[in-house]
Amino acid sequence: MLRNILALAAIFFTTAAYAQAWPEIEARARGQTVYWNGWAGDERTNAFIAWAGEQVEKRHGVKVEQVKLRDTAEAVTRVVAEKSAGRLEGGSVDLIWINGPNFLAMKEQGLLYGPVNPRLPNYRLVDVEGKPSNATDFTVPVDGLAVPWRLAQVVFVYDSARITAPPRTVPALLAWAEANPGRLAHPAVSNFLGATFLKQALYELTPDPAVLQRPATDANFAAVTAPLWAWYDRLRPALWRQGRQFPATGAAVRQLMNDGEVDLTLSFSPSEASTSIANGSLPASVRTYVMERGTIGNTSFVAIPFNAAHKEAAMVLANFLLSPTAQAFAQDPRNTGALSVLDVAQLDAAGQKLFADLPRGAATLTNAELGRVLPEPHPSWMTRITTEWEKRYSR
Amino acid sequence: MSALVLDRITIALGERRLIDSFSLIVAPGTVTTVMGPSGAGKSTLLSYVSGTLDPVFTGTGHVILGGDEMTYLRPEKRRIGILFQDDLLFPHLSVGDNLAFGLAASVRGRAERRARIEAALEEAELSGFASRDPATLSGGQRQRVAVMRALLAEPRALLLDEPFARLDMALRDRFRAFVFGHALRRGLPVLLVTHDPDDARAAAGPVIDLGAPPV
Amino acid sequence: MLRLAPVLTLALFLAPVAAGLLGTLLPAFHYLPALGGATVDLQPWRDLADWPGLPRSLLITVVTGFGATILSLLVALFILARLPRGALLRRLHSALPPLLATPHAAMAIGFAFLVAPSGWLARLLSPWATGWERPPDLLVVQDPWGFAIIAGLVLKEVPYLLLVGLAALGHMKVDRTLALGASLGYSPRTAWFRTVLPTLYTQLRLPVYAVLAFSHSVVDVALILGPSNPPTLGPQILRWFSEPDLRFQFVAAAAAMLQLALVVIGIALWRAGEIVVAALGRSLVRRGSRPRAIVDVAPPLAILLVITAGLALLAIALWSLAGSWRFPAALPQVFTVDTWRSQGMGLVTPVLLTAALAVLATLAALLLALACLENERRHGLHPGRGALWLIYVPLLVPQTAFLVGMQIVLIRLRLDGTWLALVWTHLVFVLPYLFLTLAESWRRLDPRYARTAACLGAGPARILFAVVLPMMVRPILAAVAVGFAVSAGLYLPTLFAGAGRFATLTTEAVTLSGSADRRVVGAFALLQAALPLAVYAVALLLPAVLFRNRRGLRGMG
Repeated sequence: MLRNILALAAIFFTTAAYAQAWPEIEARARGQTVYWNGWAGDERTNAFIAWAGEQVEKRHGVKVEQVKLRDTAEAVTRVVAEKSAGRLEGGSVDLIWINGPNFLAMKEQGLLYGPVNPRLPNYRLVDVEGKPSNATDFTVPVDGLAVPWRLAQVVFVYDSARITAPPRTVPALLAWAEANPGRLAHPAVSNFLGATFLKQALYELTPDPAVLQRPATDANFAAVTAPLWAWYDRLRPALWRQGRQFPATGAAVRQLMNDGEVDLTLSFSPSEASTSIANGSLPASVRTYVMERGTIGNTSFVAIPFNAAHKEAAMVLANFLLSPTAQAFAQDPRNTGALSVLDVAQLDAAGQKLFADLPRGAATLTNAELGRVLPEPHPSWMTRITTEWEKRYSR
Repeated sequence: MSALVLDRITIALGERRLIDSFSLIVAPGTVTTVMGPSGAGKSTLLSYVSGTLDPVFTGTGHVILGGDEMTYLRPEKRRIGILFQDDLLFPHLSVGDNLAFGLAASVRGRAERRARIEAALEEAELSGFASRDPATLSGGQRQRVAVMRALLAEPRALLLDEPFARLDMALRDRFRAFVFGHALRRGLPVLLVTHDPDDARAAAGPVIDLGAPPV
Repeated sequence: MLRLAPVLTLALFLAPVAAGLLGTLLPAFHYLPALGGATVDLQPWRDLADWPGLPRSLLITVVTGFGATILSLLVALFILARLPRGALLRRLHSALPPLLATPHAAMAIGFAFLVAPSGWLARLLSPWATGWERPPDLLVVQDPWGFAIIAGLVLKEVPYLLLVGLAALGHMKVDRTLALGASLGYSPRTAWFRTVLPTLYTQLRLPVYAVLAFSHSVVDVALILGPSNPPTLGPQILRWFSEPDLRFQFVAAAAAMLQLALVVIGIALWRAGEIVVAALGRSLVRRGSRPRAIVDVAPPLAILLVITAGLALLAIALWSLAGSWRFPAALPQVFTVDTWRSQGMGLVTPVLLTAALAVLATLAALLLALACLENERRHGLHPGRGALWLIYVPLLVPQTAFLVGMQIVLIRLRLDGTWLALVWTHLVFVLPYLFLTLAESWRRLDPRYARTAACLGAGPARILFAVVLPMMVRPILAAVAVGFAVSAGLYLPTLFAGAGRFATLTTEAVTLSGSADRRVVGAFALLQAALPLAVYAVALLLPAVLFRNRRGLRGMG
């Protein structure tokens, strides 16, 4: 009985919150502090978050505290732990930078607040048609529960002083690595980028990539991934440190490239190489390229946990992230260089000019050069591939 | 002046009795010496009298000073001074402040207190030493400061726990005379424990031998 | 009031450990109703057993745990054995505080910067000596056997054991024992190992167990220097605990219990080893052999230790000031303060937070320790070995084993991410070190000072404030410095109790170490090392200034 009353009360309050109009949300947000939980391994993104925090404080009186994580899952765990401890409001996480399996986990367990997207005035600027990953994250419909804020696409990064013609197919990559042992590295597979390296290879190696858009099953997993493991068995001894140790993250690989240990790797940000050259963390001779058959791309989202203490402020922040000002600032290679989620062609003249004026580094490809974007496989593939990889190579 | 009376004092460590029903009257202006080999419980007896017995021991019996029952008083209320073989000057205080620590609180006024300390230093032939670091004094000088510090607290009795043992022979005689002279001039009952027969002879008072500790 | 101090102190710092252990134990057997685990079963253990990396992870955990302990103890003993003689080693004494103050993480980061294939050492020697134009493809740090973890731990644990050993030797008449040995025809080292060591070791035993437990369960050093494929058990527990999939919470709890079992078994094995070594030693004594002294390894060991640690810290400082530093240049091509400027407030906030947290935890621990020690002193209590074991509990129980459960308890009490939770958690770790450091000097204070003061008419309060505390200023400040350094260096407890919201220099440095730019990591690690070091410096210099005219206080503490 009591449980029913509580449930009813919860519904009532949720609906009450929903009834708020945007100006009301802005008013309530004033004075709140948003605890933005996110992976903090990238200095430029951290700097962007700090900048966004200053902006929303100035414009909306909302303070932003970045909670720096080694792994996004830490924040998900926290929300899970809070739910299990019965903390249904006043939670410690207001906003999570999220996608992929973490998003799926939170969505499936009903840990997200929303739908939020339709309530944000700037959401209408988002390009949902041309950039399908904004609405479908790893084959999972977003359903308005997460706000897209930047696009990522895999590019391969190489040192042009040492490689003239980088390998543009996955089999060619193996041939190159065997000819240049120790000079190719990918991050540990527990890292998102490391797992993406395997998924990228799987796309090209598996006979029918369409199955990747459906959940992996016990029945099809072995058959679909068999060519991947055959390929990787040969590749691994030719990797950096004979594939016995892996750099923790993409940034760690970047450091290796700057030290001259590694000549070829991958990145999830098309402009990262250029900005790294500019700040001295990569040699000037570094360039990027994509695979002939395209590379995987996805969208980064921010989502609000069901029990967030400062939902209004989180929404104000999310809405600001979607503004042309913030999007153009982020896409500026001097800042983060992350691709915008907006439909730039549909912006007003001032908005379009913001983007037109952006510089582009020598190591950054044009939109045309970036070519075909492959959608992320269903998260279950990544989970299973990671587990299988551990089973095969981690002992 | 008044006598120090120890009435049937027994001190035990667990089952073992160190002091068994020990009684003694120390007359004012005299030095009574308690002799005994080390381990006989001499120092323990003094700590019982001063009220600072280590709780690992159990003690019974009465300590009466000038007719007043001391047994149940806290040590700081007994007004029984004590000197050890080490001077135990507080290393963080100057010579003058060490004396001021001892000087009875009943002496009021900065000028008056300073004068009393100067006078005490003079008595110890240490005029002008007030601001010195105790660590810069010789052993004999430090011992004299310790004596003056004890006396400035205006004790009604003085306990001496082998205070001469650390001094060399030449100094020892002079220092004995110094301590006994000051104590007796004030008419204090003095209880000395030692294992040195020379101390007992110099004290020129009753001598009690505790003997070997009971096994 | 004072009589309650020991009980209150024990409750305050053991309750979280006990609650945390329970909070880990129940989920390890799948009991955590809120997470849908209402039945007791062995599923978490089955899942744990299914992890393909388990055998390998356990193996390297044990290898690093025992390896670091054995090596640290041997190095410390050889140096201690040589200590009564040798001016060089006496100078080591002054190198101890900086080594002790440097947090594990900063030392590990510096060590990685130093010995990695692209590290400073390789740069200094390349290409002229090595012929390397590019860094060699060698598995030096994050090696699959965890040798780098062992080295990183040894750099920190040797100074700790030296400190404990020096304190213990201070009470022993080593010179006389060795002179006696010499008169019987034993070389000083032989005499030391046969006569001094057995007594010394009884004082070292618990600290050695603490090193053993810590080395088995360390997380930050393992994240920085250890393998990741698979990692040692500590980082793997953290990884599971951070998984979004609920099932892994139970696996993390089971693994944390396994870790506890590992440490218990490890200590039991160590104890057995002690007995064997003691028996061998006694038979040597009975045989009366007098081996001639071979090469004295102590000076090179001590020099290697100090130089490695020094270069590691220097490498951190260099990177934080580097503009561009390509291999194999021995020094950065460009020096710049850009890193410091661009990090700006990003550095200041963690410094303030780290300092505030350390100050609060240290003050709380200091008050409790003073209350306990004063109670002891006033009532002439002599705590036995049982009390000592209790103090060591938080250092003997692996952190992971109770922190996992403690976080669940904190969330339940709605205390997670609060200052209270954070300070309390830090207190659990600060108190033992602070207490042991302070008690050492406090208990050595001649009780006759207080007796003299009492006979001069001073009451208990006046004795405490006018006699005991001023005489203990030096040890109190030393204990405060130790407490501060312990708090400033805590990684896992800060992460767990702080709900990730409290970014201290340590959490930032460890978070960044795996990924970010070496220059930024260098800046954080340098501050992380500098902050406790500054407190140490103040603790050493302040009494010297306060008591510049009080020679008699110099020996105190």
